[in-house]
Amino acid sequence: MDLVETGKPGELLPNVASGARSLSWWGMALLIATEATLFALLIASYWYLRFRAGPVWPPHGIEKPALGLPLIMSVILWSSSIPAHIADRGIQNGSQVRLRAGLAVSWLLGLTFLLLQIVAEYPHSLKVAPPSQGSYGTLFFSLTGLHGIHVFIGLMISLWVQARAWQGAFDEHRHVTVQNFVMYWHFVDTVWVFVLATIYLSPHFI
Amino acid sequence: MTTLADRPGERLEQLWAEEPGLGTWLSTVDHKRLAKKYLYTALVFLVLGGIEASVMRLQLAHSNLKLLDPETYNQLFTMHGVTMIFLFAVPIFSGFGVYMVPLMIGSREMAFPRLNAFTYWGFVAAGVFMYSSFLIGRSPDGGWFGYTPLTDKAFSPGPNIDFYALGLIFLGLASTGAAINFITTILKMRAPGMTLNRMPIFVWGELAMQVSILFAQPALTLATVMLMLQRHWHYHFFDPGAGGDNLLWQHLFWIFGHPLVYIILLPGLGIVATILPTFARRPMVGYTWVVLAEMATAFIGFGVWVHHMFSTGLPSFALSFVSLTSFLVAIPSGIQVFAYLATLVTGKPKLTTPMWYVLGFIFIFVIGGVSGVMTASVPLDQAVTDSYFVVAHFHYIMGGVALFPTLAALYYWGPKIWGRKLDERWGKISFWLTFIGFNLAFFPMHILGAIGMPRRTYTYASHLGWDNWNLLETIGTFLMGVGILITIVNVVRSARHGEAAGNDPWDADTLEWATSSPPPDYDFETIPEVRSLHPVWDQPELKTGTQPPEMGGRPLAEGHRVLATSLLDAKPEAVVDMPHESMWPFVLTVGLMGFFYGALTRIAVVAVLGGFLSLVSVVGWVWPRGQTQEM
Amino acid sequence: MNGERARRSRRLLLSLPLIALAACATKSPSILSPKGPAARTASSIWWPMVWVATAVTIFVVAMGAYGVVRGRRIREEDISREVSWGDRFILIAGLGVTGAILIGFFVFSVARSVSLARAEPGTQITVIGHDWWWEVRYANGAVTANEIHIPAGERVNITLQSADVIHSLWVPELAPKIDLIPGRTTHVWFKADHPGEYRGQCAEYCGLQHAHMAFFVIADTPDAFAQWMSDMARPATAPATALAQQGQAVFLSNTCIGCHAIRGTAANGQLGPDLTHIATRQTIGAGTVPLTANDLATWITDPELFKPGVTMPPTTLTKDQLNALVTYLLGLGFPSP
Ligand code: HEA
Ligand code: HEA
Ligand code: HEC
Ligand code: CUA
Ligand SMILES: [Cu+2]
Repeated sequence: MDLVETGKPGELLPNVASGARSLSWWGMALLIATEATLFALLIASYWYLRFRAGPVWPPHGIEKPALGLPLIMSVILWSSSIPAHIADRGIQNGSQVRLRAGLAVSWLLGLTFLLLQIVAEYPHSLKVAPPSQGSYGTLFFSLTGLHGIHVFIGLMISLWVQARAWQGAFDEHRHVTVQNFVMYWHFVDTVWVFVLATIYLSPHFI
Repeated sequence: MTTLADRPGERLEQLWAEEPGLGTWLSTVDHKRLAKKYLYTALVFLVLGGIEASVMRLQLAHSNLKLLDPETYNQLFTMHGVTMIFLFAVPIFSGFGVYMVPLMIGSREMAFPRLNAFTYWGFVAAGVFMYSSFLIGRSPDGGWFGYTPLTDKAFSPGPNIDFYALGLIFLGLASTGAAINFITTILKMRAPGMTLNRMPIFVWGELAMQVSILFAQPALTLATVMLMLQRHWHYHFFDPGAGGDNLLWQHLFWIFGHPLVYIILLPGLGIVATILPTFARRPMVGYTWVVLAEMATAFIGFGVWVHHMFSTGLPSFALSFVSLTSFLVAIPSGIQVFAYLATLVTGKPKLTTPMWYVLGFIFIFVIGGVSGVMTASVPLDQAVTDSYFVVAHFHYIMGGVALFPTLAALYYWGPKIWGRKLDERWGKISFWLTFIGFNLAFFPMHILGAIGMPRRTYTYASHLGWDNWNLLETIGTFLMGVGILITIVNVVRSARHGEAAGNDPWDADTLEWATSSPPPDYDFETIPEVRSLHPVWDQPELKTGTQPPEMGGRPLAEGHRVLATSLLDAKPEAVVDMPHESMWPFVLTVGLMGFFYGALTRIAVVAVLGGFLSLVSVVGWVWPRGQTQEM
Repeated sequence: MNGERARRSRRLLLSLPLIALAACATKSPSILSPKGPAARTASSIWWPMVWVATAVTIFVVAMGAYGVVRGRRIREEDISREVSWGDRFILIAGLGVTGAILIGFFVFSVARSVSLARAEPGTQITVIGHDWWWEVRYANGAVTANEIHIPAGERVNITLQSADVIHSLWVPELAPKIDLIPGRTTHVWFKADHPGEYRGQCAEYCGLQHAHMAFFVIADTPDAFAQWMSDMARPATAPATALAQQGQAVFLSNTCIGCHAIRGTAANGQLGPDLTHIATRQTIGAGTVPLTANDLATWITDPELFKPGVTMPPTTLTKDQLNALVTYLLGLGFPSP
């Protein structure tokens, strides 16, 4: 780790930082805070319209969302947080292997989730209740779509982080970028808990 | 004795200077240069919004005038509201913040300089985007809060509302970026020793403002995206026929909209709390209470939005609850006003121009505040809502808070920004014209509202007894216009020919005065170490413009670097390399602008090209070039 | 001599409507001159709050002025940094006194407004907002526009809906505002102390002609109101003269019937105001111009002249047709009993 002089006699400070000591970590944390608010408001809108719609939800003539595929997708998405975590921990201990492998595995899992959503889940749901059907379809696609966009952005960031990882840009001191990405990825996975509960589970139970 | 050779200034100059010229005019990341751009741009929008208002006032000067047709009038008041709020008030306070926050906390930059550039360009581009609607005569006309279904496709088929919705989404990106930047800067880059309880009140005000933006902006972004989806892609959020609800728009808008008004208030009060003690010649009485009050306002402000919906027929229990929170939100404002008063009566107030503006502001703020308190009463609000009484309320408070502290700050910080003092005599003339004009223009609106004049009407009948008050308002508007014009001319002239200011012309207490005026590219020759809430008063060495290393100053002259310190007690933690000027923020803005025009015209090629350019510039932005803070 | 007097009296007669207009006129529809209990709630809160607001403002100005004046007298060296009473003052004034006043306001205004929320029986009226006019329906089938007749001294319960965008019903002298929101039904009640006419206006921005969306609440004596309501429920008077019959034919053969209903004829349009008893109304176009033969003719040929952007299209008619149509419409008063 490089230590540099500040000019105050005898004072040496690191010029790399990670975690809450790093500025960019705060940038990411704040970004997540505002994004979380966005999701919270959309989910609140869902419940608002859902309760105005009366006791039958989804509205008459629309079948409840099938649970099988979404649950499989969920398991895949959530499990992608594990290799991400391993990558993060790995580089903190200086392990390039764990970093690269962890990121790659989590990327593949995330991609699988997204592909399943696009090629398997959406075509079915579009048939059941497209956005033009009414508030139910509208909320279904706007909430899952917003989440999907976040997964997509996460995958893009991951690609860039992986490219940097292969260039050897990270080591046990210099890894806040990895940390930030992993924080973002955990956020995307956490939000899915609420999306799943709202969109897929709640029509069956409430 | 320190000799010249010991001084790190020259080295720092090499590290921090940006070459002058068109190139760096577009690519600058220097917070001072960006802040000046912010200020000038916001002032241009003030003038535009003011001209819109003046034209409206001409149309309303008498009953049945035919200067404007209803369509133009509706576009004018909508653009006036949007301009004043989104393109003047919020950005001007961000602008003062971008200039002063790094100086006041003894740093050399904002945390993310390139993001800083992007948020500025984004603001300009969103403004240009919205104003380009005038070119085709299709400006937004749904009012600044754009209630559905009036703004839905069925009732507004033209592109008017698309300009509004897309413009606000674009602007939302910029303000969110600015919020992240400010909060990080304030929390992590304060000079060593500037513990949280030594942070200047203006910085607290900016912090409260930006935290509010961070949590309020998503509501507006969400609502406007929903509106676009509903208008063009057959989504149904707001139309009752398909399971939507119009009140969902109102809830989302005001969940943003009420915090927004405090977003404007908090930095304004911060400016007041900066100027007042300087000229009262004593520290602010009750610093802690003032700071707590600012934070409390921001917090309670998230719980009062329904007071904009008192006449929508919601259950009275809900209304009563919000009525209560709306009353209570006045308490922190009261605390601050009484702190100002205590400071005034225990100090020796010096009546300079900035001080006059501050005193004028206190008067106006109290009147606007008490009329707000009146509307917090549900049955009274149901009588006056959507009448000119509300217009009076929010011009007193929002017009007041956006204009008076801004003008005060121009006179107060002008010497720091341009190195020259503004003319005092013209300053005072401008104050009296603006102050008298303001009250003439807006006080009668209380009466008009009470005697039945609804807002947003392009004309009115002659037999209703509204003519004279309206005429008075129009006259007041023009007085105020002249007053503001004088200030603008004063700024332009004095910035070149004014009396040289010196480091600290007002003998003030905060760190921005501990360096030359205007500050050098690197802000401070040495990063000061702070040992007091009033560093420049209490640490005489700061008066000289540099704190020598043996007194704690850190030259940090080995690179283009700033200091990162700990959150609560500002202990030095790390040295952070700062990026140099970059073209990418500007290019990204151009790309986004293309994208938004594509979305507006619904020409896919344009949108795709814009999106592609944005993507390229993001890649260019993050492309590793040596060692920057991202690592 | 005689002719002179006759001319003078004719002139007087002609100017009567103008004088009447001027009289009901210059009078603003003010929330501070309530003419019924629902509106008195607001004005009874208004004055106490205005007084407190004034007192607060005076206190602030006085204390600030005192500070400035005192500052002239003291020397800078005498300013002490610590003020023993500072924090105490801020808390007592800002938290204690302000808080007490505010809680007081809250309790006061909630107490004053309980009666507003109470449900009670009364005459039931439905008002439907349209761009930019008001449809008024009574339980007995009476339908009219832009004029709400009510029995004075009695409570009326109004149910509100909207046919297009959000509007807001505001009669400053009689009642609090209430929005008309598509997809929702809202309610308000009021009661006029005395017979009289009370101006109302749309208070929620609803597009181009939001400014010209006025209406009148006309409080009659209960007897007169009962008579009015049953008259209003009846079908239209048959055209009495040949000219009027011709006018009816013009009406029925033109686009008018696509939008307007005249009960008792084939005209059954629902997009515009019911014209069954149009001649009983005072104004055309939701308070835009007084109902006179001239203005009615102008309105029919080019309504945009009075109300730019109005949803009623212009109609081209020959002079004779127009004349007949106007005669017909102005004959649509109440049938003589
Ligand atoms: C900077 C902007 C700003 C600020 C700070 C405020 C501050 C307040 N506002 Fe205002 N408001 C607006 C901007 C602002 N408002 C705008 C733009 C609208 C209209 C939007 C639209 O419809 O277009 C609006 C509308 C609005 C409404 C809805 C009106 C309606 O549409 O029907 C209400 C209702 O409760 C309200 C209340 C308040 C209250 C209680 C405060 C309080 O925070 C005020 C507190 C301050 C004081 C009270 C003064 C100082 C205190 C003392 C000196 C202590 C002693 C005082 C007492 C004992 C009373 N405001
Ligand atoms: C920060 C906010 C802010 C500010 C500062 C102002 C400033 C002014 N506003 Fe406005 N206003 C709003 C925010 C603001 N406003 C909002 C949110 C609305 C609601 C919109 C809606 O309903 O959707 C509104 C609505 C509004 C209306 C109601 C329209 C209606 O309901 O029909 C009116 C009418 O008089 C008005 C007037 C004015 C005037 C005269 C000024 C003056 O203070 C302006 C003074 C400034 C200048 C005059 C320009 C600078 C000087 C020059 C360029 C010199 C040359 C000019 C002259 C000599 C004239 N504003
Ligand atoms: C497309 C629909 C439409 C057509 C066709 C139409 N009208 Fe109208 N008319 C309206 C609407 C809507 C209003 C209310 C306008 C307003 O006040 O903003 C109105 C208002 C009126 C009024 C004033 C009513 C009042 O109480 O204020 C009269 C009278 C009238 N129309 C007569 C006619 C005649 C006669 C014709 C045919 C020659 C006609 N209209 C054709 C829609 C129509
Ligand atoms: Cu209807 Cu305004
Ligand atoms: Cu509010």
